[in-house]
Amino acid sequence: MSRLTVRKTYKLYIGGAFPRSESGRSYPVTSPKGEFLANASQASRKDARDAVVAARKAFPGWSGATPYNRGQILYRVAEMLEGRRAQFAEELGGGKRAALEAVDAAVDRLVWYAGWSDKIASVHGAANPVAGPYFNLSSPEPTGVVAIVAPADPLLGLVSVVAPVIVTGNTCVVVASEPSPLASITLAEVLATSDLPGGVVNVLTGRQAELAPWLASHMDVNGLDLTGVTDADLALRCEQAAAENLKRVLRPAQEDWTADPGIRRMTRFLETKTVWHPVGI
Amino acid sequence: MAIFEYAPAPESTDVVDIKPSYGLFINGEFVDGSGPTFKTINPATEESLAEISTATSDDVDRAVQAARKAFGVWSALPGAERAKYLFRIARIIQERARELAVLESLDNGKPIRESRDVDLPLVAAHFFYYAGWADKLEYAGFGTKPLGVAGQVIPWNFPLLMLAWKIAPALACGNTVVLKPAETTPLTALWFADICRQADLPPGVVNIVTGAGETGAAVVAHPDVNKVAFTGSTEVGRIIARTVAGTDKKLTLELGGKAANIVFEDAAIDQAVEGIVNGIFFNQGHVCCAGSRLLVQESIQDELLASLKRRLATLRVGDPLDKNTDVGAINSADQLAKIRELSEIGESEGALRWSPACELPERGFWFPPTIFTGVAQSHTIARDEIFGPVLSVLTFRTPAEAVEKANNTPYGLSAGIWTEKGSRILWMADKLRAGVVWANTFNKFDPASPFGGYKESGYGREGGLLGLEAYLDVRASAARLGGLS
Repeated sequence: MSRLTVRKTYKLYIGGAFPRSESGRSYPVTSPKGEFLANASQASRKDARDAVVAARKAFPGWSGATPYNRGQILYRVAEMLEGRRAQFAEELGGGKRAALEAVDAAVDRLVWYAGWSDKIASVHGAANPVAGPYFNLSSPEPTGVVAIVAPADPLLGLVSVVAPVIVTGNTCVVVASEPSPLASITLAEVLATSDLPGGVVNVLTGRQAELAPWLASHMDVNGLDLTGVTDADLALRCEQAAAENLKRVLRPAQEDWTADPGIRRMTRFLETKTVWHPVGI
Repeated sequence: MAIFEYAPAPESTDVVDIKPSYGLFINGEFVDGSGPTFKTINPATEESLAEISTATSDDVDRAVQAARKAFGVWSALPGAERAKYLFRIARIIQERARELAVLESLDNGKPIRESRDVDLPLVAAHFFYYAGWADKLEYAGFGTKPLGVAGQVIPWNFPLLMLAWKIAPALACGNTVVLKPAETTPLTALWFADICRQADLPPGVVNIVTGAGETGAAVVAHPDVNKVAFTGSTEVGRIIARTVAGTDKKLTLELGGKAANIVFEDAAIDQAVEGIVNGIFFNQGHVCCAGSRLLVQESIQDELLASLKRRLATLRVGDPLDKNTDVGAINSADQLAKIRELSEIGESEGALRWSPACELPERGFWFPPTIFTGVAQSHTIARDEIFGPVLSVLTFRTPAEAVEKANNTPYGLSAGIWTEKGSRILWMADKLRAGVVWANTFNKFDPASPFGGYKESGYGREGGLLGLEAYLDVRASAARLGGLS
């Protein structure tokens, strides 16, 4: 008799812990061929609120960490992901070669963003030569808590939207790919073991249409990345809700995740602080 | 009591020749608007200055079409040629600075001392600054592709300066514009239209449509506008953000504020007092980044307030055209009513109101410089933007408490810090959630320096290299930026 495998229970990732949904709900996740893979947690409004609370709590520490430190931690995430290369390739399914390429691309993307942590201020800040005896310097600062609706690509897509948000010091709540959330939760395990402080990234699995509007209208969320929203009407409602506290919004987009990402995803969730001081003796 | 009195020193209005009525400026021509006319008045006298056209949505459509047509020509010009047009405009502004300053004070009510010495030099400087960028865009890191037609709606507090902030970078980057000035202060924008003609700017590159909220809404909602830029209240900013939701329009918003001006016990008191006065009484407090919440360290509260009150007693309130005037007229009857209402709420909630003895003119809209002490964080006057010469005074004991109180607002436009200790300035500047932090100074502006808010004070920056981002198609340049290899 062959050995019966021990299956994994996929839960949410909130504040560095892996709780089930407080609602007690789950939904079946199947492979593209329709085979049952697992029951994923179906997060509720309350779970989304808990995740925002966790992200807010983590913000002072994470935004206050040195860019060098944040870069080190992002690189550590890449290291841990590399170590689980085979597991992710299997979990992503599809052709083995394509799956391995996707994992490698995700690792490389993390490394690329890790290197930006202590360079973005040089590229997106400025020394301003004002017409008077004043020291005047502009530097980028994180916006705060960013809610992200991740695209369908469960690993490379997820890494491509989360890394630019956190490398600059924001914390986030992510709604993982609805049809294929499993790799996203496994990525959460990587994050949990990568020195990333709990609460910096929070991952919710469940219904995009149910969770996104709550996050879009949450008054303690400062930014909204709608990249993964596929329903134009849902995107419109979310963007309108985001206007209430003037969240910074990244609109839905079809992106080629293998292409060079540029710095736009980082700058969208950055503020610029300009400091003046008189110069004299 | 004053030791000696100042003689009146009024600036002559001979330099401006205001016609009885004005139309819209579309495609290089002054044309009649289709809507009803309205009067723009001198807030210091309540006299009518001119009849102004209301642009209907049809008029706005004509303006947008003119801008769209001109976009082909303007965006195709080499940057160096666009630069020369902007340099020309800057020079004409300098040449006509006195006329524009007088006009601004007549229409807005601000002291001539400010329009002449602050607004106009900055207006010219903005055009000079962005003129220089027009042929250097590839060095800024946002690509060189303009967005198209920019719809811009600006407020009444700095009519010509806000016009410069909007138009100069838009044109430098190759966009064309449809701009709506505020209904209470349209005159300098119409003068600017004439400056565009003197500069031989191609028709349609700059279009000015006048009117109130509905005209602005038509500009923002027009389907052929590619970029919306707004400066004004957070309330209207929210409506605009909702309007452009679901479209491809790029949006920048410069909204309200409730800035904390924080004074530590080791601050140079006289300088701090000057900074506080400049922070809240400059331009009658009609400043989105006004230092309207004074946070003073408890140990020096009495000393600072005594100095502040003594200083306030020397402020001269009155005729905006008098060169000795420090505080001019409130811009409109509506704004005056709002300031009065919020001040009354301040009293009814238990704060203590104080104003220096000053005689206000009988006609016009006036409000004396006012201080509220005993203000708690929960008070309306500590939370809501008053947009008038009203200062709320709160106290703190430790730097951490100052940070907490300063950040305890949905706004995040600006903040001030007064202390002689450098490391404390840097610590505070780091902790304050605000777009501009003035340390041992306040209300300083420069075209080279980015300005804009955190949180509900809006998004995007105006001024400096970063101000170019708002008027360039950053998406189109993402590949270039990341793909230097």
